[in-house]
Amino acid sequence: MHQPEPPILLEMRNLRVEAAGKTGVVELVRGVNLTLRRGEVLGLIGESGAGKSTIGLAALAYARGGCRISGGEVLLEGLDLLALPGSALRNFRGGRVAYVAQSAAAAFNPSRRIIDQYVEAARLHGRNDTANIRREAISRYRSLRLPDPETIGQRYPHELSGGQLQRAMVAMAMAASPDLIVFDEPTTALDVTTQREVLIAIRDLISQEHIGGLFISHDLAVVSQMADRIMVLRNGVVVEEGESQELMANPREAYTRALLSALSHHRRSHDTSEAVLDVRALDAGYGAAVRILQEVDLRVARGSVTAIVGESGSGKSTLARVIAGLLTPQAGSITFEGKPLPHTLGRRDRESLWRIQYVHQNPDAALNPSHTVQELLERVVVLRDGLRGSQLRERIRELLAMTELGEQLLPRRPSQLSGGQKQRVCIARAIAARPSLLICDEVTSSLDPLVARGIIDLLGKLQAELGVSYMFITHDLSIVESIADEVVVMHKGRVVETGATSQVLGYPESDYTAALIAAVPRFDRNWLQ
Amino acid sequence: MTAGTREALMSFPRRLAGAAADMSWGTRLSALIIILYGFAALFAPWIAPYGESEIVGPPFEPWSRTFLLGTDNLGRDMLTRLIYGIRNTIAISLVATLISFLVGVTLGLLSAISGGWVDAALSRVVDTLMAVPQLIFALLLLSVFGTSIPVLIAVITVIETTRVFRLSRALGMDVAAMDYIDVARMRGERTGWIIRREMLPNVAGTLVAEFGLRFCFVFLLISALSFMGLGIQPPTADLGSMVRDNASLITYGDITPLLPAAAIGFLTISVNFVADWYLKTTAKPDASA
Repeated sequence: MHQPEPPILLEMRNLRVEAAGKTGVVELVRGVNLTLRRGEVLGLIGESGAGKSTIGLAALAYARGGCRISGGEVLLEGLDLLALPGSALRNFRGGRVAYVAQSAAAAFNPSRRIIDQYVEAARLHGRNDTANIRREAISRYRSLRLPDPETIGQRYPHELSGGQLQRAMVAMAMAASPDLIVFDEPTTALDVTTQREVLIAIRDLISQEHIGGLFISHDLAVVSQMADRIMVLRNGVVVEEGESQELMANPREAYTRALLSALSHHRRSHDTSEAVLDVRALDAGYGAAVRILQEVDLRVARGSVTAIVGESGSGKSTLARVIAGLLTPQAGSITFEGKPLPHTLGRRDRESLWRIQYVHQNPDAALNPSHTVQELLERVVVLRDGLRGSQLRERIRELLAMTELGEQLLPRRPSQLSGGQKQRVCIARAIAARPSLLICDEVTSSLDPLVARGIIDLLGKLQAELGVSYMFITHDLSIVESIADEVVVMHKGRVVETGATSQVLGYPESDYTAALIAAVPRFDRNWLQ
Repeated sequence: MTAGTREALMSFPRRLAGAAADMSWGTRLSALIIILYGFAALFAPWIAPYGESEIVGPPFEPWSRTFLLGTDNLGRDMLTRLIYGIRNTIAISLVATLISFLVGVTLGLLSAISGGWVDAALSRVVDTLMAVPQLIFALLLLSVFGTSIPVLIAVITVIETTRVFRLSRALGMDVAAMDYIDVARMRGERTGWIIRREMLPNVAGTLVAEFGLRFCFVFLLISALSFMGLGIQPPTADLGSMVRDNASLITYGDITPLLPAAAIGFLTISVNFVADWYLKTTAKPDASA
């Protein structure tokens, strides 16, 4: 570089943080060295428990309850924060170093207007020109792509969505013109398109104001977009550090490569502008008396995975049946690939029948026990593509290969297959029709976890290869997390929440979704650190 | 013909041999009896010593070398009549049962898969027909339309179709609820194809067993009608009418009139045995494998 190196803003030397647990002292961060220059964004990446957030908080010389910074130095422009007395630290925190937490909703005072809280944050750090602060707030709202930037500040926190709150919080962190901002998974809550915009906005703000940013995320895709340099953490130790592009292109460590391959598995950068399926105000039920679905709206973007979650009886499968044409809705419209879809199966044209395929929950019921695998697949290929002879055999072989099945299974009947194989045959039969929308109705619930994992991986792989959109019905939130881009939460036949997976699961807006998430036993993902 | 069907046909003798291995002795004996009946029915003109309605001697001749089982009330050879009687009764029963199954299964499965008004209409018609006791229904129709073999077959077909319809509708309902039927419908398959290729193979086992039992009932019904003089008309030989025609001999302590009755009984029991065995085998979990 010809320019002189920008001055070092933050430096951590041999940082150690330990937590006192019941079983003794556990070291969360074990000797991390870190350097951040002005105008630079450093990405901290790693899975849960890697120590990312702990390091982020240590930049404020803060340790969570039960934790203690046990060693090392944290230098902000040469000033050792760990040596500062409490009162000086308070000035630092929020003043020279700001923190944007994962949960924005918890960080706002629910009884005060958004902009007033911005003003208060600025005044706390010694600014008095309220009018100017307000103007500045509005311009920051605008640059963070908040809707109605002029008036949004007049709203109360509960009147904003999780994603909007998150952006308002980023704006508020800027209020005191800090030198360093620690972003702790700040965009997990945003849908894919806004996430990109916000990330760009944050990045522009950082380079414009010539400050530093610590960007913490478990999403390598996001970090790679944001950070100039990336630090890969695992178990409190730095695995690898380097320039973003260099690290993405040539990861040295196996762990980094594993993170990268997990990323390629999970495509996020699809085109969300076009909807393959658009369902509006759908009412459906059995007979006039039993209404199952009420005013259901659903949009599945092309190439995306939209998960429908909800407890049993919430109408998930009914919705799927209506879309598949098996149940005639009482009201509403279904638009498929830009064209209105007739409600009854008989009125749909062949092409749209083929382009919506259905994989059922129970392969035992979905595969005719009297037919061999050969017959099951052949019928679809013959009807769909009109293939004969060697071409037909070739296509069937291709389908088997795609679903990781062996050719020796062809003469077998479903009763001679394992549960996982049966479900793979169902998937092979569905993709044989070359669909653009695949409805997966609880496809793994009848399988044991390991086999289910294999099916999910297979579906992910097929989606990458074929670009099919999935409407993925499940009650298993861990599957949703691993495969879905968008989540639609259903309760008693209504859609109670819709949004990007990370947003809905991380920052549920409805009580029902929160209850649903709380009901799931899972590893602690340190969401509310 | 698909590869699967061809393979199934090729392996049929082997499977039959395998099947015979787990038959009880009763079932094996029954199977043998059925084979003998079939043989008699098929080759009657060659086996029978005399012509079907040929008067060969004086009436009610006792058993002898010339007339192995004696002669009947008109002097026709009893053994010959018995063989032809088996042939005629079996043939008519078989035709009637086959038609009943063809119509009954088709309508039953159609009813099961269609649901709605098709199901309602068909089921009510069948209920109405079944509400009339079967023998009275048969007597009524036969006296209206006269007693000829086509009418007889038609009447029996109508009666039996209702029973077959009920069974196949019930079986079909179970299958129609399966997801693979939905899959076929979503593929745009025609109803006929779904009935034939998706439903039929899965209800076939029970239907085959039912076919055996239905055949017995038809056989008995025809015999009963003939006994009452409304079935197969003379001079065509028939087991039921043979019992009636020669009934007076019983008073003389001659068991000859019981022979056609025994022929009816043996066939019915044998078919029941084999049908039971078949039902048990298909009910086994891995029967299709």
